[in-house]
Amino acid sequence: MTVLSQPDVQSGEAALRPPAPRRTRGIRPGSRIAYVYVLPFFLVFAAFSIYPWVATAWVSLHDTRLSTYDQSSWIGLANYRNLFTNDFFWNAFRNTITIGIISTVPQLCMALGIAHLLNYRLRGRTFFRVAILMPYATSLAAATVIFAELFDPNLGLINWGLHVVHLPTVDWQGSRWPSQIAVSAIVTWRWTGYNALIYLAGMQAIDTDLYEAAAMDGAGRWAQFRHVTLPGLRPTILFTIVVSTIGAAQLFGEPLLYHNGLPDGGTQNQYQTLGLLMYQQGWTNDRLGLASATAWTMFLIIVVAVCANLWIARRRGRREGRRASIVAAVPEVTVR
Amino acid sequence: MKRRASSSGSGTANGGVLEAGWVTYVVILLVTLVSVFPLYYTIVMASHTNAEMAASRPPILPNMSVVDNVKKALELAPLNRGLINSVIVAGSLALGTVALSTLAGFAFAKLRFRGSNILLAICVATMMVPLQMGVIPLYMLMARLGLAGHLTAVILPGLCTAFGVFFMRQYVASAVPDELIEAAYMDGARPIRVFWSVVVPAVRPAMAVLGMLTFLMAWNDFFWPIIVLSSQNPTVQVSFQSLATGYAPQQSIVMAGTLYGTVPVLIVFAVLGRQIVGGIMQGAVKG
Repeated sequence: MTVLSQPDVQSGEAALRPPAPRRTRGIRPGSRIAYVYVLPFFLVFAAFSIYPWVATAWVSLHDTRLSTYDQSSWIGLANYRNLFTNDFFWNAFRNTITIGIISTVPQLCMALGIAHLLNYRLRGRTFFRVAILMPYATSLAAATVIFAELFDPNLGLINWGLHVVHLPTVDWQGSRWPSQIAVSAIVTWRWTGYNALIYLAGMQAIDTDLYEAAAMDGAGRWAQFRHVTLPGLRPTILFTIVVSTIGAAQLFGEPLLYHNGLPDGGTQNQYQTLGLLMYQQGWTNDRLGLASATAWTMFLIIVVAVCANLWIARRRGRREGRRASIVAAVPEVTVR
Repeated sequence: MKRRASSSGSGTANGGVLEAGWVTYVVILLVTLVSVFPLYYTIVMASHTNAEMAASRPPILPNMSVVDNVKKALELAPLNRGLINSVIVAGSLALGTVALSTLAGFAFAKLRFRGSNILLAICVATMMVPLQMGVIPLYMLMARLGLAGHLTAVILPGLCTAFGVFFMRQYVASAVPDELIEAAYMDGARPIRVFWSVVVPAVRPAMAVLGMLTFLMAWNDFFWPIIVLSSQNPTVQVSFQSLATGYAPQQSIVMAGTLYGTVPVLIVFAVLGRQIVGGIMQGAVKG
């Protein structure tokens, strides 16, 4: 306020001097002392997040190897050109999208249904909630190792089940779609319960009077779900879609461990994602510049995907006279 | 699926609006089964040889050979080392993140300062940045600091999560009334004093929840640890990787090792489950 030219500590003290005349706004004293509180966070943030992000852009314009990191030579956009003319990139790009869709769309739909059921008055409520969250507590590494065994073509329980009901067994590792479905199943298993709880929290915040009013207007259960629950959940749904999109775009651990820790994503790269490709370029092939170019491309893909989500939500919202934005969605979920 | 409730009743806030019918129970039980069965079956897989698993009727019950298989797994991968390291990493990250986030959350919620909105917006926007964006320079940085392979290299970058700051900001804003802070100032308290004796006691529940969620996320983290840590000094997740890539003669050994490394956190989760569920429902975001 009046002490902008003084160093932090003093300004803090000056601001604290009790009953200052401007105490009407005075419960927020000092414009500078606050920086001291956010400083530790932003110091760590600058050193270990912002700096590496910017540096990745720099590296992506160089031919960089691990051993000669400091003497790498400038090659402009060659890494990006190399990347976009590379079949491996487009393969990983397609896989990331298809696995992303297979792993999130059914997941969020199921989560919505489960949340709806959990929203009934239920005996043993806490038990069910904790139980469906067990997969979330299981690490992705453990979950993947376990599911790789369940999907094992010869020893796995899933092919045994198919065999028992006289269906043909499936090569869950070698073929393209089955392997992508298997990887998606791991993601779905781990996150469905979590998202169901988020939806449940959203549902419980919906005013019960709305349901009673709808019931009085003669709306059945399904109509209530469609016209009260879904609109009330819209910000929460948007939020989970955005978060799942971001998660799907950087999928890495599941496809890595599904092929015993090899970064190729299957012998034919049938489930290699962009995150995995980046790891392979950087740490297996020692092409750090190329890997950095992939990382930045992934970031841009996420930005485009998130913006597309928000744009669709906003258009729908406008059509229905509602405002939707991520800024509205985030507090909606986090405030409670 | 939506209209199976047997009878209607006037709603209570947390018990749901309608009484659940038997179909609801059946479906929920099925979902529970699918959630828990793979974990149970891991015990079964950990106690049977490949030949037994390939039998025309696979086993459905575990047996005591799981103990033997755990011993063999421990020879194959440094799981005990991994567990201890994971406790150190996840514990420090939980404490550190809670401290930094509560401080920053307090400032964003209750202090007015130039640029606060922009800083908060930056915080939220960074949730869009993929993990892959920073790892190469971060790895070089850690190598230069001589920290590559050390647990410190995993702890330091994890200390700031935008989620933590946002979570605490929302909680401070709603749980600490302005009047309380104002009263403390009238008594002549300094901000740090106000923070310590007014804000911290009021937000202790949120700190506990954030601590638990951070611990869980840090415990399960995979991408960065696998890059910066070696298989000689791993977190437990990294040691799963060496277990899966190593040439274990039987799948049961891999399963036994995975089981051994997973059970501790699942027990903690079962004990604290109610609080963690509450925390997630208060507002959680994927890490």
